[in-house]
Amino acid sequence: MTAQAVAQSLVSGLLMGLIYALVAAGLALVFGLMNVVNFAHGEFLMTAMYAAFGLFVAVSLDPLLAAPFVAAAMFIFGSVVYLGVVRFAMSASANAGMVQIFATFGLGVVMRGLAQLLFTPNYRSIPHSWLGGRTMQIAGVYLPAPQLAGACVSLATFGALWLIINRTDFGRALEATREDSGAVALVGIDRKRIFALGWGLGAALVGLAGAVLAIFFYIYPDVGASFSLIAYVTVALGGFGSVFGAFAAGILVGLVEAGSALVLPASLKYVGVYALYLLVVLVRPRGLFGSL
Amino acid sequence: MSEPLLDVRGVTQKFGGLVANSDVSMQARKGEILGLIGPNGAGKSTLFNAIAGVCKPTRGRVFLAGADVTELGAPQRCALGIARTFQVVKSFETMQVVENVMVGAFVRTSSAREARAKAADVLDLVGLRTRANAMAGDLTPPEMRRLEVARALATEPKLLLLDEAMTGLTPTEAQQGVELVRRLRDSGIAIVMVEHVMEIVMPLADRVVVLDLGRVIAEGPPAEIVRDERVISAYLGERRRARRA
Amino acid sequence: MTSDPHIKARRENIFVAIGVVFVVACLPLFVTDVYVQNVLVLTLMYAALSQSWNILSGFCGQISLGHALYFGTGAYVTELLFTKFGVAPWFGMPAGGLVAAVIAAAVGYPCFRLKGHYFVIATIVIAEAGYLLMLNWDYAGAAQGIDIPVRADSWAKFQFLRSKLPYFYFALGFAFVAWLVTYMIEESRWSYWWRAAKDNADAAESLGVDVFRSKMAAAALSAFLTAVGGGFYAQFVSYIDPESVMGFQFSLLMALPAVLGGLGTLWGPAVGAGILIPLTELTRSFAGGSGKGLDLIIYGLLVMGIALGRPEGIVGAVTKRARKGRP
Repeated sequence: MTAQAVAQSLVSGLLMGLIYALVAAGLALVFGLMNVVNFAHGEFLMTAMYAAFGLFVAVSLDPLLAAPFVAAAMFIFGSVVYLGVVRFAMSASANAGMVQIFATFGLGVVMRGLAQLLFTPNYRSIPHSWLGGRTMQIAGVYLPAPQLAGACVSLATFGALWLIINRTDFGRALEATREDSGAVALVGIDRKRIFALGWGLGAALVGLAGAVLAIFFYIYPDVGASFSLIAYVTVALGGFGSVFGAFAAGILVGLVEAGSALVLPASLKYVGVYALYLLVVLVRPRGLFGSL
Repeated sequence: MSEPLLDVRGVTQKFGGLVANSDVSMQARKGEILGLIGPNGAGKSTLFNAIAGVCKPTRGRVFLAGADVTELGAPQRCALGIARTFQVVKSFETMQVVENVMVGAFVRTSSAREARAKAADVLDLVGLRTRANAMAGDLTPPEMRRLEVARALATEPKLLLLDEAMTGLTPTEAQQGVELVRRLRDSGIAIVMVEHVMEIVMPLADRVVVLDLGRVIAEGPPAEIVRDERVISAYLGERRRARRA
Repeated sequence: MTSDPHIKARRENIFVAIGVVFVVACLPLFVTDVYVQNVLVLTLMYAALSQSWNILSGFCGQISLGHALYFGTGAYVTELLFTKFGVAPWFGMPAGGLVAAVIAAAVGYPCFRLKGHYFVIATIVIAEAGYLLMLNWDYAGAAQGIDIPVRADSWAKFQFLRSKLPYFYFALGFAFVAWLVTYMIEESRWSYWWRAAKDNADAAESLGVDVFRSKMAAAALSAFLTAVGGGFYAQFVSYIDPESVMGFQFSLLMALPAVLGGLGTLWGPAVGAGILIPLTELTRSFAGGSGKGLDLIIYGLLVMGIALGRPEGIVGAVTKRARKGRP
């Protein structure tokens, strides 16, 4: 194994890790806010990828330019899902934890079915975009442009997220709600509104991830499944609900995946990731950055 | 005097930098009601947890009937005869009242029929018989407190730890509670009770241990305790602190 | 003693169960269509599987979405023993059960410290890791799986070419045994311990319940029964690969009937399977062939509807109403 191969896999792992972090950010945000795991998260991602694909086909918009529009559409979609489904799941009279799981899971299945109905099960891809297929080479290490762009979008997004959470009224309301959702009602924060906005923001984040992924990944109805488990692992690894924990965990997952691919057969690379997750959760049941 | 049933020797409990109990020693005898009092944050609940086996003390030992139980977990201690109630009631809400009590009874028998019979007896004792088939989650708060006691009694304890079991009861209900505790004492059970309401604990307890800031500051019959300078100042301190806050 | 309403209700249950088994056993007299018989076998199998899942997730409250791991373990152990060593499935199925129980204990040992969603995610991840490992295990056929040679009808080898009926009666027996196990457990102290641990672990421990050991016992029993089902399924379809016995959809199909029928109830899994499995098979055969995803849409809506509309399940709702009716 040459030093160059190691460097290459480190860099690829880092780039992919940043994208994983972006995929997981919305999941972590929603969980932290209201203790709900969205089991349709992968399908949210799939929807965003189709949205980017649709914009490309309809108006030849490059996925990178489409990203803000996709995010905006996903924001609305996420809020609607909260108001139309999750809100009712949360107020279930019995087995509330189970209801949340299966209500969002069922939603995911419906979304997959709709995608098949509208777009057929075929694999699609965006054949030509600014970045698609381009690579840069620095000191013998290849940097695929789409992944590089994805990593930059991820960094920018987490930066913006940090500002939103720490510097805006909405962010403060978000933090207050997540700490004590009962008490915030007393100080005049409308909990339901914050939840709806939180779901919107979470979906917008996965919207950005979807638009970026659409540049270099095949688009098909089941594409979410390839990413959702990694997203759950990332979020659990980082500590459920910790957005910046997900950031660190995403990078870790990317690196471990690339590292595993070096030493294990390619089809086992995720086993390395899962093993890491299990190891961490054994030592720290609430993840690396989860509060106890 | 006979060997104490419960013997707490030099228990210290630290959580990080916080010292919740510091070198606490105390005993309780068979057929005795021991009152455990002290201002808020004195470490009473922590001490209860150390006795019941919820957490292992940082230092010190706990003996039950002469046997060292410090290393045992809560379930094993229950099997040996320690039962408790919780300050914040912890019912099995999706189970019927009688089923709640049966859980306790199963520590002594593996037969559901015997457990059910035992549960019926105990429910009679605490006056919850008519509510036996209700869901525990549907009980009123005072009923839930009685259910806690019933569950604990179903384990046939030698030592019963009551954590504010009388809180939130009406005077009549509290009086019934007091009578029940006396009857249990007379049947030979040792009872350690944490109680905030002095009007209840002082006439009831045979002996009182006062905790303040994690230490035992006084111990003796109730009549002496109420005159004890350190106790008075500890409680006055609490009132002063409360006023400032 | 017979006047005790509790014991009377339990006696009624066993009579109803025997009645149901009798009626179902007579169904093949009227149902000769192979497709429908196939659906019946699957329905009975999922009733049993869901009953097994319900032990851990319903009674004990540890929601597992990784039971495909135990299902697959049963299938693989049975068929590896059969194809490599010539061991009859009659021994292979319980052997698979034992292996699965050991795996469940090994999985449970670390995972039972996890709470809520952390536990659910861990079960999914472990099952997925098991699936990936099977995909790469050459001895077990890796992605190609194992083709089970079927030469002639044989009870000794538990394989049948011409008629599905033997499978049907085995599945019926399996469903009844799974029900009976739940029935016997329901009034044993294990079920009380499990339910207590589910509702409030701290209080349970204070009453002498070893919560950790209880969960381990529930996991082992649940995995054992699930794996027996896996071994049966492998014989029934006579071909297995990682996707067809360890896919995530099995974890889901085991959970849903219990959720629909009533989590942690005696009859919930059977009632749920009786409704859900025929419905799923019908939508798949009528809407699935089109490739338009209609079957997925209907199925997904069904899952959502079950979760949101009847959170306590059909059996749960009925008993709740009955209890309200009584003073």
